[in-house]
Amino acid sequence: MYEKNRYADGKWKTDRGEINLIGKMKSVKKSVKSSRVYIGDLIYEKMTLIFAIIVFMMVILMGYEMYINSKMSIDKFGWNFLTETTWDPVEEIYGALPSIYGTLVSSFLALLMVVPLSLAVAIYLAESAPGWLEKPLSFMVELLAGVPSIVYGLWGIFVLVPWLREEVEPFLNEHFGFLPFFDGPMYGFGMLAAAIILSIMVLPIITSISRDIMKSVPSIQKEAALALGATKWEAIKIVLKNSKSGILGAIMLGLGRAIGETMAVTMVIGNRPIISESLFDPGYTMASIIANEFTEATTELYLSALIELALILFVITIIINIAARLLVWSLEKQWKRN
Amino acid sequence: MYNKIVYLMIFMIAGMINVPAQVKLNGAGATFPYVIYSKWFDEFHKQTGVQINYQSIGSGGGIKQVIEGTVDFGASDGPMSDEQLKEAKAKQGTDIIHMPTVLGAVVLSYNLPEVKEKIKLDGQTIADIFLGKIYKWNDKRIAKLNPGVKLPNKSIIVVHRSDGSGTTFIYTHYLSNVSKEWAKKVGYNTSVNWPIGLGGKGNEGVAGMIKQTSGAIGYVELAYAVKNKLPYALIKNRAGNFIEANFKTVSAASDGAANNMPDDLRAMITNADGKNSYPISGFTWLLIYKNMKDKKKTEALVKFLRWALTKGESYAESLYYAPLPPSVVKLCMKKIDMLTVNGKPIEVK
Repeated sequence: MYEKNRYADGKWKTDRGEINLIGKMKSVKKSVKSSRVYIGDLIYEKMTLIFAIIVFMMVILMGYEMYINSKMSIDKFGWNFLTETTWDPVEEIYGALPSIYGTLVSSFLALLMVVPLSLAVAIYLAESAPGWLEKPLSFMVELLAGVPSIVYGLWGIFVLVPWLREEVEPFLNEHFGFLPFFDGPMYGFGMLAAAIILSIMVLPIITSISRDIMKSVPSIQKEAALALGATKWEAIKIVLKNSKSGILGAIMLGLGRAIGETMAVTMVIGNRPIISESLFDPGYTMASIIANEFTEATTELYLSALIELALILFVITIIINIAARLLVWSLEKQWKRN
Repeated sequence: MYNKIVYLMIFMIAGMINVPAQVKLNGAGATFPYVIYSKWFDEFHKQTGVQINYQSIGSGGGIKQVIEGTVDFGASDGPMSDEQLKEAKAKQGTDIIHMPTVLGAVVLSYNLPEVKEKIKLDGQTIADIFLGKIYKWNDKRIAKLNPGVKLPNKSIIVVHRSDGSGTTFIYTHYLSNVSKEWAKKVGYNTSVNWPIGLGGKGNEGVAGMIKQTSGAIGYVELAYAVKNKLPYALIKNRAGNFIEANFKTVSAASDGAANNMPDDLRAMITNADGKNSYPISGFTWLLIYKNMKDKKKTEALVKFLRWALTKGESYAESLYYAPLPPSVVKLCMKKIDMLTVNGKPIEVK
């Protein structure tokens, strides 16, 4: 209450008497209004506005173009396209369900594996690592983001897949075989390989953004906590609490990358449009189908179905982004209230 | 001094005028023959100055661009369908001619470190393996084809192409040809709904999966298998002989097919007649407009086609393609003679 009273009349009491804040602000506003409007400023403002609108229009246009070009498939299959499980270019029956399933499962599985790891690395880099180690480590993590996805794919085929087949999958099958996730023939290629490759590709994004956000938390807060007798971990918890929404944003960016990734996934997922609970079984993602079949799609319906897949991928990405935004907003509101 | 510069400039301008207008042709389509096509275009450019740009965007894209008329010629690993030909005629006002250029073959590569000999397979067995009905390497039917070979008690892991390709078209066409069940259940196309197996992207993806997986079997282009020294199976042909794929046996297959070649040369030659014919092979085609509007371009194209089908074929083997046999070249030459410019026949020396 005391604070409010202090500001209510726009006057701020200091040692040297009262300052009339509202009066000051009004006079500043007046001087802005009365100053000349430069034509350069005006052009600059409108130009940036136009560019901003262009970005927005591009998204709309993309969606519209995809809708128009997939009209044939939409008219023919309707909503069944989303629930049909067959993908048969010979009989011209197209269904998206296995590839939607593959896209979502591989991406979320990757997040499940990578989020704890990324956060651990980010916390270490931001809070605990000594200076001489932090720089090279951060550099290495960021370097991971620069590796082309085809290189990840090749590494997947020649290193990851044999390792999964010879070591990891037999181990999982032996000890956790009672779960349906770790059952069935072990090829090495499949959903598990795809999720692992994706998690490695997403790791640098989540790690480096989270680290930057943690570093941007004012160190006064941490120091205050330490001064009050908090342990190091308790102080880190305060930093984490303050960077929650930023970290969530980083995870969503990572998810976006995972959903859209094409080449590396195609090379290790086994490319079979089936829905299977076993992580050892091959799967298929929407981006992979499009990349695989677009060039040789000869009939119009075939092409139209592929473009409809692209449209679904586009819509899913938008939904996830909106959901992430809403989540961040609602969380921020909650924290402010507390 | 100034005089000299003026003279020089006059010479330069005169020189520019004297240069004959260069003829440029644009083509697009299949990726499989890209290596030999780019060699041809390069050599042809050196010899005649005609420049040919070729974009290897895939057979589907090639056919589409021919229908839309955005290229001077297209290229495809699979023939155009009747509907596509009709559409092209409606849009471009002329027929499309299919011109075979070289042959490709598909081989069945496998990973069985225990077996030293080349294994032998026949059509029905291959189809049943890819249908999932034969799933062990020591299955009776495989053993019967390979007397004296000790086959391991291993699961067969089927590998196929996941990307749409002419290779898949030829391979599934062969399977449809030799197995009624395959024709009914799966059929043939640039990509199909595979009953079982893992999908690899491109020849290198399939080869990588086969190399990595003991007990795997999959199909790749002959050229790719030869270059990478992959073992591949001998296949029983229609005459009952087990044939190893090479340039001779592939050419022999098309030679066998030349006798009953359809008039438009849209022939699939899988499971062809002939003692030495390798059964899983096919043509790749250039798609040419029968009647064109630009005289210079047409003349250049005709000149190129004649050159490619005679001298050009000699480059084929060194680039791992099978050349057309003379019997098919003869049929192609007849087709070239039928090309017209605005309805008039072309006279090219």
